Parts: sequence; structure tokens; C-alpha cells
Amino acid sequence: MELIYEKSVKGRRGVRLPKADVPRAAALPENLQRREAAGLPEVSELDVVRHFTNLSRRNFSVDTNFYPLGSCTMKYNAKVLENAANLFGQYHPMTALLPGGETSCQGSLAMLHELGELLAEITGMDEVTTQPLAGAHGEMTGIMLIAAYHRAKGNRKKYVVVPDSSHGTNPASAAMVGYEIITIPTAPYGDMDLDAFKTAMNGEVAAVMMTCPNTLGLFNPHIKEICDIAHEHDALMYYDGANLNAILGKVRPGDVGFDVIHVNLHKTFGTPHGGGGPGSGPVGVKKALIPFLPMPRIIKAADGGIALETDNPRSIGRTATFYGNFGVMVRAYAYMIMLGKEGLIEVSEQAVLNANYIMSRLKSHYDLPFEQTCMHECVFSASRQLKHGVHAIDIAKYLIDRGYHPPTVYFPLIVKEAIMIEPTETESKQTMDAFIAVMKEAAEMAEKDPEALLRAPVTMPVTRLDETKAAREQNVCHAGW
Amino acid sequence: MSYCPNTPDDIREMLAAIGVAGVEDLFSPVPEELRAKSFNLPEGMSEFELFQRMRLLAEKNTQNLAGFIGGGYYDHCIPAVVDHLSGRAEFYTAYTPYQPECSQGTLQALFEYQTAICRLTGMEVSNASLYDGGTALAEAAMMALRVTGRNRLVIDGGVNPFYREIVRTYLANLEVEIVEVSPQQGITSRPALTAALSDQTAAVILQNPNFFGSLDDIGDLAEEAQAKGALLIASVYPISLGMVKSPGEMGADIVVGDGQSLGNPLSFGGPSFGFIATTKKYIRNLPGRIVGETVDRNGKRGFVLTLQAREQHIKRHKATSNICSNQSLCALRGLIFLASMGKEGFAELAKLNYDKAEYAKEVLGAIRGVSVLNVATTFNEFTLALPKDAAGVVEGLLREGIAAGVPAGLYYPEMDHCLVVTVTEKRTRQEIGALAKQLEGALWS
Repeated sequence: MELIYEKSVKGRRGVRLPKADVPRAAALPENLQRREAAGLPEVSELDVVRHFTNLSRRNFSVDTNFYPLGSCTMKYNAKVLENAANLFGQYHPMTALLPGGETSCQGSLAMLHELGELLAEITGMDEVTTQPLAGAHGEMTGIMLIAAYHRAKGNRKKYVVVPDSSHGTNPASAAMVGYEIITIPTAPYGDMDLDAFKTAMNGEVAAVMMTCPNTLGLFNPHIKEICDIAHEHDALMYYDGANLNAILGKVRPGDVGFDVIHVNLHKTFGTPHGGGGPGSGPVGVKKALIPFLPMPRIIKAADGGIALETDNPRSIGRTATFYGNFGVMVRAYAYMIMLGKEGLIEVSEQAVLNANYIMSRLKSHYDLPFEQTCMHECVFSASRQLKHGVHAIDIAKYLIDRGYHPPTVYFPLIVKEAIMIEPTETESKQTMDAFIAVMKEAAEMAEKDPEALLRAPVTMPVTRLDETKAAREQNVCHAGW
Repeated sequence: MSYCPNTPDDIREMLAAIGVAGVEDLFSPVPEELRAKSFNLPEGMSEFELFQRMRLLAEKNTQNLAGFIGGGYYDHCIPAVVDHLSGRAEFYTAYTPYQPECSQGTLQALFEYQTAICRLTGMEVSNASLYDGGTALAEAAMMALRVTGRNRLVIDGGVNPFYREIVRTYLANLEVEIVEVSPQQGITSRPALTAALSDQTAAVILQNPNFFGSLDDIGDLAEEAQAKGALLIASVYPISLGMVKSPGEMGADIVVGDGQSLGNPLSFGGPSFGFIATTKKYIRNLPGRIVGETVDRNGKRGFVLTLQAREQHIKRHKATSNICSNQSLCALRGLIFLASMGKEGFAELAKLNYDKAEYAKEVLGAIRGVSVLNVATTFNEFTLALPKDAAGVVEGLLREGIAAGVPAGLYYPEMDHCLVVTVTEKRTRQEIGALAKQLEGALWS
């Protein structure tokens, strides 16, 4: 398909602007003038509409395809959330910071405050900041809070401990805050090796970052013990909330002993993923960390109204320009109050049921490196298929031809030829049965006709793409204007 | 209501296939003593009841405040096509394009977005978006520290105070020295900046137009920084690039900004997107995702995520950034906005902003006792010196339903009489006249 720039015709115009109802001002001084207009496309409105409509048709999405991308929780995004969010559309964030401005945006502030309270109850934390703009941003904010906490006690410490099964963002976030990383291997039983963990712990460890259930979809039965050991060394426990969809109403990280948590609203609380964002990653903390929360902090004032606290010298400062991805948070808030207590519990129960169903139906055809009851996702290995020269990626590409977005492949890194499947609670048995049948078909083809899998996909606008060429040539901007 | 479709029969069959008696058995890996101690949430509701609830909440906001406030977020027109096209479910409910063959829509759009950012800023390479303007500036600062191996930053006081705070927060644990240079008369002070610059400076950070609205040809500052081996980071307001010389032409090494004004609603501060662009030689130091052009097995053009070896899911703690989810959909909105405006339309939009602000500056500056602080040219924001404390004036006018501007004293205590006023293409001559009348009333009645 042509690029929008290749559809450009000199002199063609799209949108019409508001009238110039004021006199034309003098030109800018010469040294500030742009000599040549930026090379934006010159297209009509219909050109724009056709172009982007046709581009959109080259995507798989939750609304068009089963999308069991493990670790991403690609659940259905309820349409009413869009209607609800539109009610809050055009409101300037600076209004709240003007003198006397808080009174004019009590609706928006109250929503943020209530969202924080709901998340605190769901996760067992004492207070939540809505400022972080995505999961990884929440992790970084959380680790900054932990650094501030330790520094206030005299030593910010040196290390952050992560299991080798963790999301890559965990060590990357800790490194952004200046910590060195200690990586703990996974034991044969599928959880962080407890002995290795005990050996690694020392007084210079600031935090331990855990995902529970972990990226293998397994709930760590030793999680309480891990929290206790960390606390004995005056290290804080960080909970990566990426997999929260598995435990709503069942487990609260705060009850278990975690001190800091981020929640990916775009995963657990049903907001659309937008082709890679915007997300939202509010962070919850226990009491001891509240003094360090980012500013502005959204608080309940003495008169019952919602106010912004902007002058706390102990705060880590500001991690985003305003109050977080408000538009995402409105949707998540609406989702939470619509589902309510029973609905949210059902989410986790059905998510776990669906994942175990797929696991039990596919284990005859694919290796299951850690065979035990899983939570919201299950991780297979294509090692059996590899004997026939078929990799996980080949199975993924075949699924595309059959109309399924592939599961996550090659993650977690600790499983060879990993295939990580997260169906979510919003998929039916019938959808999963059809998917299971195609997965079995792929396994059979790996034995009988591996070549066919290596050719896939053949039904898409493009066949497999040359990633090496892309990395070598680094053509990231269209030339020629 | 939980959107779970399985019927009791489905559930029975699934449990049988798994070989357990009930769903609760699947939670057996969770020890009893770790079960939730509380889950005190309200009862759920239908979507109809939800909509009513949300409407009541939204109505607690005072609507239709005539807006002359900016400070990083701007009230611009958004063509209807932006909502309609970005709202297409195939874009909206997809995720990161890890599987390129079934994600060419998102990938090509992001490639086109990167191209638009390069052309606006006059730079060679752009990533596929960051979170927002402030965090993009912090990422740029960290990038400069990596590139130069130095640990000192010089940041101009005219950079948005929130952005400066974000940079300080991001770097608080990294043993970096940050030197802030105070602006003079609303513009970067050359002597102060020269004095702050040393051969240990990783980057000089400027904003153009700056917080007070002043435009500056920063070419000389870029040369001066580069002569000392430092990078020049420019934070820019994208709409101004319709008529102002691009930061690339001025010699910047890294350009960042907030994309809210490109087709993203004010939405109480988010989501928008941050952009970052640089020169080819620094591409491997860029944070976040980058889309690259390539070919498929038949030689047909296609697009993929590229240079992923910089990123956290491969490099873990050695990655250039921890960023994973970015603001793809908002970047897509930016692209659709720019395509709708087009080459001529975008230049016209910038001129319209400039003309209206110049008019407002003249009208407001003519009020008795009021003067314009900026000695430099301004774009669509300018700073007035009032004969009274600006915070009190703003508070009073807010009660009358008009957001007159941002009191500079909130962030620059010595400037308590100054008011930063923003005028976009959406403000009419009549609204500007009304603001002048009300401001005059607030000052003199």
C-alpha cells in the first residue's frame, strides 16, 4: 500500500480552518522564519479517510480476531467505556492548578480520587498515585519511591533483586533509578529458586521485584516467605501488577506483604491497547511510603472536596506532566464500577478457567515445561516441533493464516521456544475450541508437512519480513520531498 | 456484568476436561493464609446505569471555561476524521505490533508518523512515541548522558517548570549535576548560559518557544554547546513548526515535545504523546520503539519494529530505557491530524495562532498599567506584567467563568505580577475582547 506521502498532490487541501477574524500580523523576523513548509502530505479529506481505513484493515485486533497474546491481557474492551470517557473530553489540566481552580474540576478530581481508593482496596495498599503513564513508568516510579524511603533512613542501598523470569521492564526500570541488578534463576518447579534467593539477599538490597503469578502463569506458594526474608533484610517488596487479572478478589498483594505495586489499567481493567498504548500504570503503596508520593497528590480536603497537594518537600517530585493518562483512567474507573465486586471476582475465575482449559487440551500436542495448575496464562514449548525443524515462530505465523493473533512467543526467555497463551475471561469455550483445533493441526503439520509452516503466512498483505535488512538500513523516515 | 460468555454448560464441560470439580479448585496453588482479607467494592451495574453515574460525575466539572491557559497543553481544533479514524477498532483494540504480518496497519502508520516528526523538526530519525513532553525531555537528557559519558546538564529556566521537575525527578538517583540558568526578560540569558557551560556538560536543554512564549533563534547556543562537546536538546511546541525555523535547522541534536496539540483532546492532561527525534548517528541511543522499512520474501515493501536490541524485552537492565507501552494511538491521532491539515493547512494553522496572539497581545497590552514582558517575538503565548498580583486576578476571573492565563508566580516566585496568556486559533476576536474587558475590570474596578 502506498504511503500517505506518495498520495500527495501539490496544492490539494484537506480540512478548512476557522476564519481569520483579526488583522494579519507582521511576519516573523527573518532569522526565525521557516524557509520551506514541512513536507506534510497534500491530500483531501477523503484521501485521508480511505488511507487510514484501508491501513486499519491490515491489522488484527481484539474486535476482529482472538488475540491470546500472553502477558498482555487482550480482553474485550466494552464500548460503553468510550461513551463514558467522552463525557470528560475537553478539560484543561492547568485549570486545577490555578488559584481557586480545583472547585471547577471536582468531577475529574473526584474520579481520580475514587479510582485511587478502589485500586487501594483491590490491591490491599494504603494509597495510590495515578500519575504513572504505563506499567513500566509505574515500576520506575515505584522504585524511586523505594529509593526515597531508604534514603530517608540514611542509605538508599545498591541492589534490586529480580527473578530471571521477570518482565524485561523490571530490571530496566530499576537500572533507570541507578540500581544494580541481581538476577535469581528459576528452579525446576517453575518459581524463583528459593535457596539462590536466600543466598543473594543482603543488607544492600533495596527491593525485590516479583510478578505473582509469574510470567509462567504460576502462583508462587513461597511468596509470603520471600516477603518475610526481604523484610528481614530491610528490603521492600515490589509487585509487578501485569498479571493482576488472575487474582482479583482472591489475593491482595498488600495482604501478602508487598509494599509497592503498579497496576496496568490497560490489561486488567479493560481499556483498549491502542496498538501499543496509551496505557496507565497507577502505583499503590503502604503507609510508610506515602510521604514520598509524586506531586501533585490528589487528596480529600477537610471540606470533603478533592484537592491537589503540591508542596511536599519529601515527595520524589513529578514523574509525568499532569495527573496521569486521565482518559485511560476514566475508562478503567467505569469498568470497575460497572463490574463491581462480583463481576471482578468472576473476571479472575473465568480467566483462570479459560487458561487451564487451553492448557489441558493442548498438553497432548505441545511440551509443557512446568506441568501444574496455571493461573491466567499457560506457557508451552515448541521443542517437540523443533525436532522437525519447526520453531515457535513458524507456528505463530501459521496461526495468522488461520485468523488468530499468535500467542506471545520466545517469552519468558527461560523457556526454549516459548508459546505463552493468555485467553482472558472474555473468550468463549467455542472460540477456544476452534483455536485449540488449529493449534493441534499446526502440531500435526509440524510432523507431516513442516515446509508448509515455514512458508506461513501466505494470506496477509506481506509474507515474512526481512528484519535484518531493516536493522541494517535503518530506514525509519520516508525520504523524498 | 463481566463480559464472560461461558454458560453453565460450557463451564461444566471445561472443568471436566481439566479434571477438577469446581473453579475454586484452580486456585488451590494459592495457600489459604494468603487469600484476600477484604474486597470491599460496590455492587456492579448495567451500562445504562453506569452512563448515568458517569454523567453525574462529569457534571461536577464547570463546563465551557473560555480558555486562555496553556502551560504545555493547548486547546486546538481537532478535525472530525481524527476521532473517527483513530477510533477504528482495528487500530484501537490491537496491541504492540510484535507480529508484523498481521499488524501492517499500525506499523505503516507509525512509519508515516516518524516521517512527519522528522519533517516537522528537521531531524533525521524519530522513534514511535514516548509518554508525554515532560518524560520525553527526561529521556532525552538521559540519552545525552549516555552519548557523552558526562554527568552535568544545563537547563534553561524558560523550560516548562513541570518538565524541569520531571528531569530532576528522573535524575535524582543518578549523580547528575543539574545547573539551571535564569532567563532575563523572558528569554535565555546568553552570558549566564555561557558561564554555566563547561567541558563536563552533557547537554544544554532549551525550550522554544519557552514557558513565557518567547521565540529564540538558538543556533548560536547550539554551536556553543557543541563546541564544548555537549548536545543541544530542544523542547518544542509542534504547532509553531508550521512557521518557525525548525530546531534541526537551528542545529539541535535532540528534539522533543508534547504531541497533545496535534489532534489529542485536553482530557485533563492525558493521554497525549511525547515525540523525540535526533540525527542518524544517535539512532542506537534512542529510547523506545522504532519502526523501520524492509521487504518481505517476495521483495514487497513492509514495516517492522527495528533495532529492538536497544529495548528492555531484549536487553533488560542494559536497555536504553525501560519504556514498553508508549502512546501509539495518540501518535496515530497526531499523524491523522497532520495529514488532514496538510502542508499548506498546517502552515496556515500556525499563522492563525500567531496572528490571533499578536492581536491579543496588542489589545491586552494596551490596558492601563499592563505591559508585555517579552522583549522577543512570541508565538501564541505571551507574558503580561500586571499592576496587581496575577494569582488574585486569575482567581477572580475564574469565578466569572474565564480562565485568563497561568500566573507565572506559581512557578517563578519573583514574577508574581506576571500572567502567561495563550491564544490559539479557537479563540475568537470577540472572546479576546471579552477577556480584555474583564481583565481591565479586575485590575481597575
